[in-house]
Amino acid sequence: MSAPVLSVKGIAKAFDGIQAVAGVSFDVHAGELVALIGPNGAGKTTCFNVVNGQLTPDAGTVALDDAPITGLPSRAIARRGVGRTFQVAATFASMTVRENVVVALSALGRDPAAADALLARVGAAELASAHTATLAYGDAKRVELALAIAGQPRLLLMDEPTAGMSARDRSTPMRLARELADDDRIAVLFTEHDMDVVFGFADRVIVLDRGEVIAQGAPDAIRADPRVQEVYLGG
Amino acid sequence: MTLASFGIQLLNGLASASSLFLVAAGLTLIFGVTRVVNFAHGSLYMLGAYLAWTLGHEFGPGAAAHWASVAAAALVVAALGVALEVLVLKRLYDAPEMLQLTATFGIVLIVRDVALAAWGAEDLLGPRVPMLAGTIDLAGHPFPQYDVLLIVAGPLVLGALTWLVTRTRFGVLVRAAAENRTLAAALGVNQRLLYTAVFALGALLAGLAGALQLPREPANLTMDLSVIAEAFVVTVVGGLGSIPGAFIAALVIGLVKALCIALGTVDIGGIPVAFPRLTLVAEFVVMAAVLALKPHGLLGRAPVAPPTTPLPEQRALIVPAGRREAWLAAALFAALALLPLAADDYAAILTMDILIAALFAASLQFLMGPGGMTSFGHAAYFGVGAYAAALAVKHGASMGVAIALAPAAAFVAAVVFGWFCVRLAGVYLAMLTLAFAQIVWSIAYQWNSVTGGSNGLVGIWPAEWLATRQRYYLFTLAIVALAAFVLVRIAGGRFGYALRGARDSPLRAEAIGLDVRRTQWTAFALAGAFAGLAGGLFAFSKGSISPESLAIPRSVDALVIVLLGGLNSLFGPLLGAGAFTWLQDAAARVTEYWRSVVGVLILAIVMVFPQGIGGALAWRRRRSR
Repeated sequence: MSAPVLSVKGIAKAFDGIQAVAGVSFDVHAGELVALIGPNGAGKTTCFNVVNGQLTPDAGTVALDDAPITGLPSRAIARRGVGRTFQVAATFASMTVRENVVVALSALGRDPAAADALLARVGAAELASAHTATLAYGDAKRVELALAIAGQPRLLLMDEPTAGMSARDRSTPMRLARELADDDRIAVLFTEHDMDVVFGFADRVIVLDRGEVIAQGAPDAIRADPRVQEVYLGG
Repeated sequence: MTLASFGIQLLNGLASASSLFLVAAGLTLIFGVTRVVNFAHGSLYMLGAYLAWTLGHEFGPGAAAHWASVAAAALVVAALGVALEVLVLKRLYDAPEMLQLTATFGIVLIVRDVALAAWGAEDLLGPRVPMLAGTIDLAGHPFPQYDVLLIVAGPLVLGALTWLVTRTRFGVLVRAAAENRTLAAALGVNQRLLYTAVFALGALLAGLAGALQLPREPANLTMDLSVIAEAFVVTVVGGLGSIPGAFIAALVIGLVKALCIALGTVDIGGIPVAFPRLTLVAEFVVMAAVLALKPHGLLGRAPVAPPTTPLPEQRALIVPAGRREAWLAAALFAALALLPLAADDYAAILTMDILIAALFAASLQFLMGPGGMTSFGHAAYFGVGAYAAALAVKHGASMGVAIALAPAAAFVAAVVFGWFCVRLAGVYLAMLTLAFAQIVWSIAYQWNSVTGGSNGLVGIWPAEWLATRQRYYLFTLAIVALAAFVLVRIAGGRFGYALRGARDSPLRAEAIGLDVRRTQWTAFALAGAFAGLAGGLFAFSKGSISPESLAIPRSVDALVIVLLGGLNSLFGPLLGAGAFTWLQDAAARVTEYWRSVVGVLILAIVMVFPQGIGGALAWRRRRSR
């Protein structure tokens, strides 16, 4: 197998004495959709924030294509090819949807003319002139996805991509992620509460509990793992 | 210098620290619970001093009468605080913080005029305190007995407040409300009553501080703003909402100042350095050092939620200026260029004032609108520009060079101060900008040999070829128009979008590779430069310059103009400056109490349109659709 796009080794992070993440290691490869799951407080978002540079880990390393990115600020990590969506979609409220994408494209030195194509790609072409602050929740999430992939990232982090979406819309962002992984060889790491989404789309699943990886592997193996069933799937 | 005289200075520092702590404690207590930064807290302090003077005369001589007058003054101020809370602030708790702060400044203006009417413009000397009028002997050096009392008062009040907050039911409620208002309300805490009580207590402390200060410093009409600026520094350094933090900060600042005075003039490498003159700089250095290491102060915590309720205008969709606006701007320019032919000299002067105020306000609008940063000290950059131009002329530079130096000097000042300011947001940022502005003001006011002190600098006239009023008017118009054009282009260009992105969602901005802090820092510096240019034009239009050009009221003028004109409106600064300058001029011609007219205007804007005029218009537009 080729070298991983993302390589996390032994990261640890504590907040006010509470160990949120303790020695977590995992890899994500190009073209792969990997789900990071676990009960509330297991450390999923902390892992995300360490990878994306919002947090500096107390210990451990993060590497992107073999180059260390541990402790770099978010913006520097973004410029090296990491795109991210947030649990609550983070967009620029005072702009139109197209302007949002133009800002993202020009921030990363890409041609702003690509904005409409990018919006079409996430299925939001008809929203281009809409005021972002007035978008429906699912639409805002689609726009955010366009912002996250504007820099043609090597790695895409999606934090709860379907949270708050109607059952009908829920598969849209995941199908897009699948396409990006297949066509552009992007590595995708996502957290998700909806197990149908996780087992329907992930190539591989990593299970966290109390800050540690307790299992990782193919969805079927994870589903069958008794430890996972005990801590997570309702045991 | 002997060790003993050094010790005396330190004790002096402790006494000043104590009285400063009393003011800051009330401010920080009120903020901790209500989240309102009360600009008028300094006015309550001032009223405490004036009332103690009057009551002292009423009650007559004797120790008992004296302390009764101090207590009565503090209680009356507490009652006034309650009135203020119930009549004004209660209606503003849900308004954006920036508007609350602005409203309380309106109260500052009104209270100052009330004090002027009641007690006159002369300083009122305080009494000698019975039984404490003498000095005690400290190793051969006299030390005022009264200052000993003050030194004790600070820790006593700290102890009492700590007991109140940690040991009583009232304290539990205060802490609950400070921690989580919504939860406290859900648990059945009578929030309205609690807020009023906290406000009364804070006001009581301010009144007490003012009354206690009277024997050391005469009651005067400028003590409100000078004390509030210092109290802002103390609360920001100590951490907003932290009473022990305020105590430590007051102590550190008081001692550092005392140290400067104690050091006297010292020879450093052959250069005599007069440390007593550096007390202000020392205060700045302390604040800068603390905030560089701990952006939320010694004992403060970073706010969990965003520190400011954004104005609805900051979520409104901004449509880039198009052909229609360009034509309108051209027509406006032509009309203004033709004005000197039609209008008299007076109208031309007023219009020139409006143009300069409009450029100044436009630079603040740029900072507040796309930048999302509210400055309460923007006059610092206006003033630095004005002084830079004036000083350049005084040292033989031509007008052209002087006008060019104005934005350059203001840019440098804004780069330095902005480095600290952009680390904070919301009211924290607003208070810091104000503190910096007050420092610049004090330097201009005190550095006699360079700035001319309170008299300022005179004889700053335009070059020969612009010597007539008409020509300088046209010159001003051309520069203002050009600067406004450049500013609009920046705001509507790539940088402007990045800046708005950083304001709308810092998280998203960083995640797409934007450097939020650097972007905001650049905007702060640019806004400073444009304000400085306005200051340079101002210096030549008046022929003189004084510390008033960078005092707090001028900062607030710009703020009111921006609020009047709207945060997003292209012509807002010009329209707002027109309305405001005209109104101020008209009021000043009929009454010496024109400041309170401005104060009432501010209150009216904020109370009638608690989301800002622009916000109200946006709301109406939405309704009518």
